[in-house]
Amino acid sequence: MMLSDFPLFPESASSVAKYVDGLYLGLVLVTGAVSLLIWLAIFYLAIKYRRRPDNELAQEQEPPAALELTWTVVPLIVFLGIFVAGAWVYFRIQRVPSNALEVYATGRQWMWKFQHATGQREINTLHVPVNRPVKITMASEDVIHSLWFPAFRVKNDVLPNRYRTMWFQATKTGRFHIFCAEYCGTQHSGMIGWVEVMEPTEYQRWLAGGSEGSLASQGEKLFQKYACNTCHTNDATGRGPVLAGIAGKTVPLADGTNIVADDNYLRESILNPTAKVAAGFQPIMPTFQGQVSEEDLIRLLAYVKSVPAPAVQQVRQP
Amino acid sequence: MTTTTVDEAPFIEPEASAPRNYLNDEYGVLSWLLTRDHKRIAVLYAFSVTLFFVVGGIMAFLMRLELLTPEGDLFTSDTYNKLFTLHGIVMIFFFLIPAIPAVLGNFILPIMLGAKDLAFPKLNLLSWYIYMIGGTFGVYVIIAGGVDTGWTFYTPFSTQYSNTHVFAVTLGAFITGFSSILTGLNFLVTIHRMRAPGLTWFRLPLFVWSIYATSVVIMLATPVLAITLALLMIERVLHVGIFDPALGGDPVLYQHMFWFYSHPAVYIMILPGMAVISECVAAFTRKKIFGYKFVAFSSLAIAFLGFLVWAHHLFVAGISIYSALIFSFLSMIVAVPSAIKVFNWTATLYKASVSWQTPMLYVLGFIGLFTIGGVTGLFLGALGVDVHVHDSYFVVAHFHYIMVGGTIMAYLAGIHYWWPKMTGRMYPEWWARLSALLVFVGFNLTFFPQFLVGYVGMPRRYHAYAPEFQVLNVLSTAGATVLAAGYLLPMIYLAWSLKFGRKAGPNPWGAVGLEWATTSPPPKENFHETPVVSWEAYDYPAFLKAMKETQHG
Repeated sequence: MMLSDFPLFPESASSVAKYVDGLYLGLVLVTGAVSLLIWLAIFYLAIKYRRRPDNELAQEQEPPAALELTWTVVPLIVFLGIFVAGAWVYFRIQRVPSNALEVYATGRQWMWKFQHATGQREINTLHVPVNRPVKITMASEDVIHSLWFPAFRVKNDVLPNRYRTMWFQATKTGRFHIFCAEYCGTQHSGMIGWVEVMEPTEYQRWLAGGSEGSLASQGEKLFQKYACNTCHTNDATGRGPVLAGIAGKTVPLADGTNIVADDNYLRESILNPTAKVAAGFQPIMPTFQGQVSEEDLIRLLAYVKSVPAPAVQQVRQP
Repeated sequence: MTTTTVDEAPFIEPEASAPRNYLNDEYGVLSWLLTRDHKRIAVLYAFSVTLFFVVGGIMAFLMRLELLTPEGDLFTSDTYNKLFTLHGIVMIFFFLIPAIPAVLGNFILPIMLGAKDLAFPKLNLLSWYIYMIGGTFGVYVIIAGGVDTGWTFYTPFSTQYSNTHVFAVTLGAFITGFSSILTGLNFLVTIHRMRAPGLTWFRLPLFVWSIYATSVVIMLATPVLAITLALLMIERVLHVGIFDPALGGDPVLYQHMFWFYSHPAVYIMILPGMAVISECVAAFTRKKIFGYKFVAFSSLAIAFLGFLVWAHHLFVAGISIYSALIFSFLSMIVAVPSAIKVFNWTATLYKASVSWQTPMLYVLGFIGLFTIGGVTGLFLGALGVDVHVHDSYFVVAHFHYIMVGGTIMAYLAGIHYWWPKMTGRMYPEWWARLSALLVFVGFNLTFFPQFLVGYVGMPRRYHAYAPEFQVLNVLSTAGATVLAAGYLLPMIYLAWSLKFGRKAGPNPWGAVGLEWATTSPPPKENFHETPVVSWEAYDYPAFLKAMKETQHG
C-alpha cells in the first residue's frame, strides 16, 4: 500500500487554500497538543493515584482553586484567537475581487449546469483559466444544493429562491473535483463533476469554440421572445421602467424605500414582479414564475446588464 | 435491622435484605404496563431505547458495509439514503434524547433526591406511552418503505420533492417531542419540590444539576421543533407556502427554525452524559468533584449559551457575513463551559483513589473522546475552516465523537454503575472491561479516519464516492465491526447477570449518595423512611471515616 493511499489533504489549487490549510494545521497543532496534554494528565493521575491497599481513601488535598480562573480565561482567550483567525480567512474567502471573470451555475437534481458570458454552456464540467479570479453566480432549479470545490477549499449552498455568489482563483492547472455537498435526493452522490483549470491561451482557444452567441445576445432574443420589450422600452414612454443601465443603480420603490438593482432584485422582479414595484409604475407586470428557466433568467440578466445607460438619463416623474 | 438516619455523617446504614423490592412487589404484564413507579418506567424505557439502538445500529452497520467500496454496489442509492436518514432519526429521537434522562434519570433522580417518586407519576407513564406511539410511527415508516430526507428534513426537498414517508416520520418525531417535554417538566418540578429535608441546592449531586439544565433546554427548545415540524407537515400536505420558494416561502427559514431546536438538542443529548460522568468520577475516585460549583454552573451556562449558536449550522447556507461572525464568536464562547468541566474532572483525579472498574474505564474514555469531539467543534466554529469542511465527513466524525464517544460512553458508564442498584446483581467485571476496551478501540478506528477523509473532500451522505477515499473508509468499516462487538457484549453479559450475577448488596462501590443508602434493588417506595441530609454531595472524607469506624468499632 502506498502512502498516497492515505491522503491527508486534497490538492491545494486555489489562492485561499494555503490560508485554510494553514489555519487547519494550526488548529490541529494547538488542539492536538491540548488534547494530548489532557490525555496524558488523565492517564498519569489515574495510574499514579490508582486504588491500592495504601490508597483506599482519597487524600484531602485539593489542587489550588486559582486553577479554575486559569482554565476559564486561558481557553476563552485561545478560542477567541481561533475566532479571529477563522474570520480573517473567511474574509479572504468571501471578498470577491472586482476583476473576476463571471460564470453562472445552475444546480438541479442531479447535475451542475454552467454558463459563460461568452455563451458556452456545459454540464458537470467547468472550464476556467488559471490565476484569474472567477466569480460564480448560482441558483437552483429545485431543492437546495451546495457547490463544493475541495481543491479550492470553497463551497456555498445553492438556493432555489435567490442568487448566491462564490469565487476562487485557481493557482494550478489540472482537473479537480466538483461535489454537491448538500443532500439533494436519490442521485446526490452522483451530482459531481470536474473543474478544468487551463492556461489562459488554452482557455481562450476553448472559448473560441462553438457557442450560440454571447449570453447577452442570447438574452436579447429572450427579451423579445417573452415580449419584455413591449413595456420595457428604451425611452420613458413604456409602461415599465427603462432597464438600460439599471443594474447596480439605486431604484426608488413605490412604497418610498430604495433598493439597489442587483442580480437578486432583477431576478425577483421577473419572477415576482409585484413584490417591489419601482416608484411611478403600476403593478401590472405578470409573473414569469415557472415560465422562465434558471438558465434563461441568467441570459436575460446578462442582457439587461449589458445594455448601457442612455446618454441622457430620462427619469419619469411620478 | 431498621433504617437509621445519621445526622452527623453521610453514611446511612442500609437496610439489610428487604424481601420486597420494586421488581417483585407486583407481578404480571399489567403491573408493568400500568405502573406509576419511576423505577419500573425506567425499565420500560430501557427496553424500548435498547430496541431502537439495535435498529439504528444495524442501519449504521449496513451503511459501513456499503462504503467498503467506492461504487454504490450493495444497495440502491434510494436504499442508502433511507438508511442514513432512518439511522439519524432513530438514534437521535428514539435513542439518544431519551436514553440517559428517561432510563437513568427516571430511575436514579428521585432516589438521589430522597423522594418516593417523581412529582407526577402518571404523567411519567404517559411520557412513555407517548414515546412508544411516536416510536410506532418510526417503526411503521421503516416497514412501509422508509424516508429519504436526511434526519434534518431540509425544505423544499422534504415538503415538495421527496416521495417517501415524510409525513409519518415527522409526525412520529413531533409526538415523541411531547414525551421529552413531559419528562423535562416532571424532572423540573421534582427537583424544585421534592428534595429530602436538608438537601439544599448545593448539596445536590451534580447529576441533578445537569439533568436540571437538560430539562430546561427540553422545555424551551422542543416546542420549537414541534412548531417547525408542524409547519413542515402543513406545507407538505396542504401546500401552504412557508418554506418552499415555489409557494412563496423561504427554505433558509426552515434551517433557522430547525437548528434553533436541534442545536440545543445536542446539549439535550450531551448534558445528561456529563451528569453521569460527574457521578462516576466522584464514585471511582472517592472524592468530591473538584470545583463543584463551577461544574454545576457550567451546566446552566451550556444550557443558556446553547440557544445562541444555532446559525453556525448555516455558515454556507446563505446568512450574511455579519451573522456568520456573530455566530462564530458565540460558538467559541459555548465551548468554554465544556472545557471547564473537562478540566475539573481531570483535576479530581489528583490525589484521588482511582478505581479502574468498568464504569471508570468508560469515564476515562468519555473524557478523552469528548475532548476530541469538543476541539473539532472549534474547527467547525472557525469560519475559514468551516467553509471547506461543512457537510463533509469531518462533521460526521465530529458529532459522532460527541454523541457516540460522549453520550453513549456515558450511558454505558451509567448503566454499569447503577446496574447493581437497578437489578441487585453485579455484571461480570472482566467481560465488561473487555467490552469497554472494544468500544474505545472500535470507536476510534471507526470515526477518526472520518475526520481525515472529510478534510480530503468526501461529502457526507454519499452513496458512492471517489476512489481516493477508499482506504480511510475501509478502516472505518473495520472499526465499526469492532465497535459492534463492543456493543453486543454488554447486551449478552448484562442479560446473563440478571440470573447469574453476583448479589450486589446495597453499596458495591463504597459510593456516597442517597441511592447507595437503600437496598439493591430499592423497595417500591425507595426509602422506608424519608432520609434527612446534612452533608455535602460527595462528602467522601466523612463517609469513609464513618465506614472505617463501623469496621473498627
